[in-house]
Amino acid sequence: MTEEIIIAGFGGQGVLSMGKILAYSGAMQDKEVSWMPSYGPEMRGGTANVSVIISDERISSPIISQFDTAIILNQQSLDKFEKTVKPGGVLLYDPNGVFNPPTRKDINIYKVAATEKASELGMAKVFNMIVLGAFLEVKPVVTEEFIEKGLLKSLPERHHKMIPENLKAVQTGKTIVETVFEL
Amino acid sequence: MAKELKLMKGNEAIAEAAIRSGCDGYFGYPITPQSEVMEHLMIEKPWETTGMVVLQAESETSSINMVYGGAGAGKKVMTSSSSPGISLMQEGLTYLAGAELPALVVNVVRGGPGLGTIQPSQADYFQAVKGGGHGDYQMYVLAPASVQEMYDFVFLGWEIAFKYRNPVMILSDGAIGQVMEKLYVGPHIPRWTEEELRKNAPWASCGKPADRDHNIITSLDLDSAKQELHNHKLQAKYREMEEKEVLFETINCEDAEYIFVAYGSSARIAQKAIQLGREKGIKVGLLRLITLFPFPKKQVAEFSKKVKGMLAVEMSAGQMVEDVRLAAEFRCPVEHFGRYGGIIHTPHEVLEALEEKIIKG
Amino acid sequence: MFNPDIIKPENLVYEKTNVLTDAVMHYCAGCGHGTTHRIVAEVIEEMGIQDKAICIAPVGCSVLAYNYFNVDAIGAAHGRAPAIATAIQRMFPDRHTFTYQGDGDLAAIGTAETIHACNRGENIVIIFINNGIYGMTGGQMAPTTLLGMKTATSPYGRTVELNGYPLQITELLAELPGTYYITRQSVHTAAAVRRTKKAIRQAFENQKNKKGTSLVEVVSNCNSGWKMTPVEANKWMVENMFVKYPIGDIKVDGEKVKK
Repeated sequence: MTEEIIIAGFGGQGVLSMGKILAYSGAMQDKEVSWMPSYGPEMRGGTANVSVIISDERISSPIISQFDTAIILNQQSLDKFEKTVKPGGVLLYDPNGVFNPPTRKDINIYKVAATEKASELGMAKVFNMIVLGAFLEVKPVVTEEFIEKGLLKSLPERHHKMIPENLKAVQTGKTIVETVFEL
Repeated sequence: MAKELKLMKGNEAIAEAAIRSGCDGYFGYPITPQSEVMEHLMIEKPWETTGMVVLQAESETSSINMVYGGAGAGKKVMTSSSSPGISLMQEGLTYLAGAELPALVVNVVRGGPGLGTIQPSQADYFQAVKGGGHGDYQMYVLAPASVQEMYDFVFLGWEIAFKYRNPVMILSDGAIGQVMEKLYVGPHIPRWTEEELRKNAPWASCGKPADRDHNIITSLDLDSAKQELHNHKLQAKYREMEEKEVLFETINCEDAEYIFVAYGSSARIAQKAIQLGREKGIKVGLLRLITLFPFPKKQVAEFSKKVKGMLAVEMSAGQMVEDVRLAAEFRCPVEHFGRYGGIIHTPHEVLEALEEKIIKG
Repeated sequence: MFNPDIIKPENLVYEKTNVLTDAVMHYCAGCGHGTTHRIVAEVIEEMGIQDKAICIAPVGCSVLAYNYFNVDAIGAAHGRAPAIATAIQRMFPDRHTFTYQGDGDLAAIGTAETIHACNRGENIVIIFINNGIYGMTGGQMAPTTLLGMKTATSPYGRTVELNGYPLQITELLAELPGTYYITRQSVHTAAAVRRTKKAIRQAFENQKNKKGTSLVEVVSNCNSGWKMTPVEANKWMVENMFVKYPIGDIKVDGEKVKK
């Protein structure tokens, strides 16, 4: 199993940390992992993206241009990354602010209204974990047990008290993900 | 020995390795994409645990001279920077080489020339392996291709630097610096005590005991005849490195008809291109360079006798390819492929280049 | 009238300190470097810190200072001595790392290293020889060259329009909170030599007590570069250099001296 993922959105949406938690969780589950961020000025307020690879084998290139899954959190990222999903792959997006939804017919498309749900439940801080939950519902590349271990390892100790809320957000994501188009 | 699993960026791995390898001092100046090295050290506060000194200098010029000072006093000292900062350090690097001082310098390369871009690049190859500063000198240049190697090469770097009394460069790039991967770290190696330092580096200027002459660290000799002799000694040292310290890795080369030659990030990308190529029935392998100086001349020469062609893959307009061609001596076609200026080539582009430039060409 | 019989221990009135080597100095006759070397070496001997002293030699006339000081030494790249000393003193806090620098080294090419080492309050001693000229390279203009002064690169005399003003780097450094002791001295008379030696002793004592940066400027002559006899050069120094670079303490115990 090798899963090559791009997560993209605005800076501040927790794109990088979602990727990090996913990578840590994979590592805890004894997978090979890599986490490769876009870096530089775009980190500050603009768009941010990170590619995460989770694999049973040694990872060749952490720098990739085609993905098994794209997790998309804004329109710019959708425009940029829809075409990079491998045929038969997965595109998961949050419809908030997306006025031109994805159109490809050779990939599986799912949506998760995470922004809306987070604001409804007052869980803005763990918005990204709702998205992660949705992804894991579609592609269970790591199990829940290891998500918790990944959180423990990746979050500084002072934030460990937030872990139950994070896990609740993952559960929420799992239940609200919707299929838009399936092959 | 029990090893601890961490998930770290390449830059953080450098810092972690510094602390765990008994480094005495890090002197640096922030520059993207390697600022995490000093940031991680400042978070870890090793001066409270191992006694390692960490200092943010006023410039790269100052950083490398702090390294020169520490090295001259026999300490395990290092700095890190990225391309424009490494250009500023060239003065110090040639002095380190001239005065035969051990030191570790990390270059997390970004696109140039000039201020360039902050994205990954491999366009500092010439600067690293062909001198960079003035005079006839060489650094031992290691090219890590993973976070684990960023860590491991710090340890290896100290070994070579002190064995040969020569600066060692870890030539990385923005991608390996920024990527986070699994890292296994070993136990702390304690810093040298003063007794160990005096035993291991008897040449060091760290205070003259009554029973020995004063030590002088300098690269100056106004007598040209002596300076030439000194140069002979340096050259002999570099030849010895070429004889004994070449490192490389071969991947999928057993049945290969074509060879990618690459280092660092490009070697990782080439590995992916090999998977894609082999899916299409193209028998391609990889010669991954681990040391750039000394260059694996013999290995390139041997492959040049066996394969139908080689593609040098590097994120530059074509630097390493010159050394590949020199070693291949026209026995097989050698072409270059690489994106540059901060653009990273994709595995598909690399495979396509092999097909276009070598297989069809 | 040489009488070898008078060479006896009981007749000894002066002995070269062991902290200077027996190497014959290359300095011009009448130059202040030799004298300054001697008193630095004597202070090191008197304080009993030869085993702890580390000399950082500059680029300039005193580039070979490491051949004369019988202590461990490192030759710096031009202007970088304070950075080098910073690293050593931080990693060996009980040593006596000192730089010995000229005006081109300290106040031109090494300005950044000088200012930042002083501003961090590095616990180092800086001996600064200011003779207003580049001696080693053949008498070119220095940052401290006086207005009107003729040098190889200001052959018609230094002008503000062409070259800007002479740099009073020492006064500037005294403004920095990291500096603890800043003084300007000279070595052109016996009395001046005694005062300078006292100042150098003070600087090394400060270092021993971990007080921060101490700098002793020695205004000196360069009779070769100035194209004068040693006697004329000293006279010219007193009449001209001392006007722009007045002798005396500038900062003592971390406090600027009130004029």
